[in-house]
This record gives sequence, C-alpha cells and structure tokens, in this order.
Amino acid sequence: MTEQIPLVDYLELGDDPHLVANECTSCHARFFDRRNACASCSGTDFQKVKVSTTGELKAFTIVAFAAPGVPVPFVAGLIDCDGTSVRGNVVNVEPDPEHVSLGMKVRLTTYPMGTDEAGTEAIAFGFEPIS
Amino acid sequence: MAEDVWILGIHMTKFGKHKDLDTVDLAAEAALGALADGGVSMQQMGVLAAGNLMNAAAGIGQQLQKQIGQTGVPVFNVANACATGATALKTAIMAVKSGECDMGLAVGVEKLAGAGLLAGGARKEDSNTWEPSGRYGAVAPVDGRIGTETMPGVFAQIGMEYGHKYGGTSFELFARISEKNHAHSTLNPLAAYQKKFTVEEIMNDIMIAYPNTRPMCSANCDGAAAAVVISDSALKKLSKEQQKRAIKVSASVLTTDPYQEACQILPDVNTLTRNAAEQAYEQAGIGPDDLDLVELHDCFATAELVHYDNLKLCEPGGAVDFFQSGATWRDGKTPVNVSGGLESKGHPIAATGIANIWEVCHHLRGEAGDRQIENAKVGLAHVIGLGSACGVHILEKSAA
Repeated sequence: MTEQIPLVDYLELGDDPHLVANECTSCHARFFDRRNACASCSGTDFQKVKVSTTGELKAFTIVAFAAPGVPVPFVAGLIDCDGTSVRGNVVNVEPDPEHVSLGMKVRLTTYPMGTDEAGTEAIAFGFEPIS
Repeated sequence: MAEDVWILGIHMTKFGKHKDLDTVDLAAEAALGALADGGVSMQQMGVLAAGNLMNAAAGIGQQLQKQIGQTGVPVFNVANACATGATALKTAIMAVKSGECDMGLAVGVEKLAGAGLLAGGARKEDSNTWEPSGRYGAVAPVDGRIGTETMPGVFAQIGMEYGHKYGGTSFELFARISEKNHAHSTLNPLAAYQKKFTVEEIMNDIMIAYPNTRPMCSANCDGAAAAVVISDSALKKLSKEQQKRAIKVSASVLTTDPYQEACQILPDVNTLTRNAAEQAYEQAGIGPDDLDLVELHDCFATAELVHYDNLKLCEPGGAVDFFQSGATWRDGKTPVNVSGGLESKGHPIAATGIANIWEVCHHLRGEAGDRQIENAKVGLAHVIGLGSACGVHILEKSAA
C-alpha cells in the first residue's frame, strides 16, 4: 500500500479520518496550529481533542478569481463542527449559489492530492453536503 | 485630563493612476497640502508619523523629510495593514496629547494602481516531496485547498456569516450597497472612479468571490493623504480663521481583535470594531444618532453591511433593514460613504485612514461642494486593517 501523509498535521488519517485540535486545558479554546500559548487565556497546557466530523456551513464564498495554479471556481467555507469552527472547502458539490447554501449540513471527507517522488501520497480534506 | 487635539490642516491627493509621481511625490503633495491648509510650516511640526504599507521597511517618513524638511524631529514609520493611515494619525495625536509637542504631521501614501490580489495572489508550486512545514505542518500550499486567503473571499464570508446569523442578505442586497457608493462617487472629483452603475450591471460584472463582483471590491489605486494636528492651547494662539476651520478630534481610538471562538479561522472584524465604536462614543460623549455622516471601511460591499451594525448605526442584527430603509444614502438618516467609499473613491491602503478623515472634515467645514451634507456638525471615520486593527475617529465642527 502507498504511504500516505496528510496535507496538514491536524488531519488524522486512517479508518476514521478526522481533525485534531489543540485544546487549552484551562479555558478550552481550540486551535489548529502549533501553539506557544493560548490566545484566549495565555495558558500553556494543551491537549489533543478530536473535532466532530459533521457540521453546519456558517459562511461561504465561491472563489472565481485566485492565484495562478489554484483551480477555480471552488467553495471556501467556515464550518461549525459542534461548536468548533473549521476552515475548509466545500467539495463534491456544484460550485454555484443554487447548490451551496448557508446552514447546509456537511461532513468531513478526504481525497488524494497527488504522489511525490518518493511515492508518498498526500491526502487533503474538505466538507461534502450530507444529502 | 489631557487637552483636546484638533485637526488644523488636511489634504488628500486625487486618487487614481499617477504614473509620473512616485510614493515620495504623492506623500509630499499631501503633506505640503496639509501644512498649507493649516497655515503652518514643516518647521513647526514636532513629530512626523508616516505610513506606506507596501514598502514598510523603506522609511517613508525620512524619505519625505529629505524632500520637504529635515528638521530632526522624531519620525514614527508605522504599518498596520489597512489601518496604517489611522495609526499614523493616532500616533501624531498621542504625541500632542502627551504634551511632547504642540503640532504633528501624519501622512499615509500608497502606489497600488494596477495591483491585483493583495493576498492569495500567488501560490508556491508544490514541491517534489511532501515535507511538512510551518505552524500547521502543511506539506503543500493551502490557499485554495483549505479555504481562501484572498481578501474578496475572506470578506465575502464575513458578509455571508452576518446573513447566516440574522437573515435577509442576498447577492442583490450586497450589490445594492455597491450601487449606492458608486452613485455617491459621481459627486467626488478626487475619486478614482466616478461611474454610476445599475444593480444589474454590478451583478453581471466579473465575479471575483461570490457574492462580490468586481465593482463590489475596493479599487487599487495610487494616492496620499496627510493631516496636521494641534493642541488646544497652541490653536488658541493662531488666527480666528485658522480656529474656525479647525476640526475637533472628539475621539481617537485604535483597537485590535480580542480572542473570540473562530477568530483564527475567519478573521473577526466585528468585535474590535464594536469595541472601538463604544470607546469612541464614550470619549466623545455622543451617540450614533448624533452622527451627520460616516465614512466606514467598505473594502468590499459585504463588509459595509456588517459595519452598520458594528458601529451601532442600527439595532443589533438590523443592518439589512437599516440599509433597505435608505438610511445610508446621502439623503438618508445616516449618510455612509458619501465620498464613494473604497469601492469607487479607491483604496491606496496607507492613505485610506487619513483620506476618510479628510472627507469628514471637508463636510464639517462646509467645503464639500456638490456633495456637501448640509449643516454637518459631527462625523465618524472608520478603518479596518486585517490581522486585525481598527481605527475609529469622531470629529466635530469648531464652535468658533
């Protein structure tokens, strides 16, 4: 089997792909990046927590004009995953306002981005409508 | 209690393409214009605060001094995203308020004509090996793969988020905000664009990031603006005419974005604006109902809507109804962006946070010509720099 690597280190692959946040142990603020301290309470202790793989689309845009090399149009969104906000693309949907709507229910999905020289496959994530 | 500070002189250049003028030429035109407007000279300035965001390391303050007066006074070169101009002004105001000097000059300048996307405009190619790097351990560039880094896309989501929370928004509603600002711009000879658009023309123009089409985005252009600020006691020693034209800075506030859930996912431009507005109304001792005009940061049509609410021009959640009542047109209850706003006047980044002050001062002095808001006595100017910084100034006509 091809070796796989996630696009970002907060994407956990395997049988049950999900996102992992760094949660501040004192105020429970959640972050996806490497932390020096908590932006909310300045605490320095964090624990890894699994983020819900389903959520609601709180905001979106359909990007029609982007940097060269970025395929357009695509849907960029803000997803509320049971109280944790996540940034991601809405995938497996027609990128037009008739098919994407505020409040729509979505779930995490993963897809291969390509294989590098060493034969490692990168895996990205997006959110697809729950039909 | 520190003494009051006034704007003694202020100037903005024509916004647009200035292919024969460099950054220093534009800054000099604005600075010399502001000094002449106030009837004072570079030799009287005790401090210079200057911003030029795209070349922030070049030291625009000292470059400007070398063209118009190397007086040896302290220079603060500031950079604070789109709030750079307001930050320069706030810096000069702080210097005067602190008593370090009686008068100060603030300048903002940018050369942006022809620039495309200012963020997310280029993406690195994927490397040959997937190697995690950076704070997210990303093996490849994420713009376009995990959301968007482009400003039209970020601000589109900010407007859509408001719509999700309160309802009532639509593509057409956002286009109508743009229609208003473009209509206003036809009366502003210094605007980069003075073209009226129908709502259909706006909606059918090139889509950038739904729901923002091209005319709903701020216009990249060249321009500069500058202001001379003065202490109350120094102003009293000047002529009656200078005192009469001086504009009182009733509030000068700069805030950053306090932590909120989601703020590191989609920038929260709301909380820091609300905080700045609340502090400004408190400082000035006036409320939103007292405002005769507002210049707010319509970097995109989707942004203008949320700031009606953030600046408390309407009830919480009531921005859509407020706009639809006609309140923000130039003949409405609270005229917003009678200059044409960033969508048509243009957005030479570091100049914007002083140019909006110029617009308000112009009306308060009764010098705004065809677009004069009659009997304007109080106005508010607002900017947002993503990252984030928010500047709010409240200005009042002189009683003299």
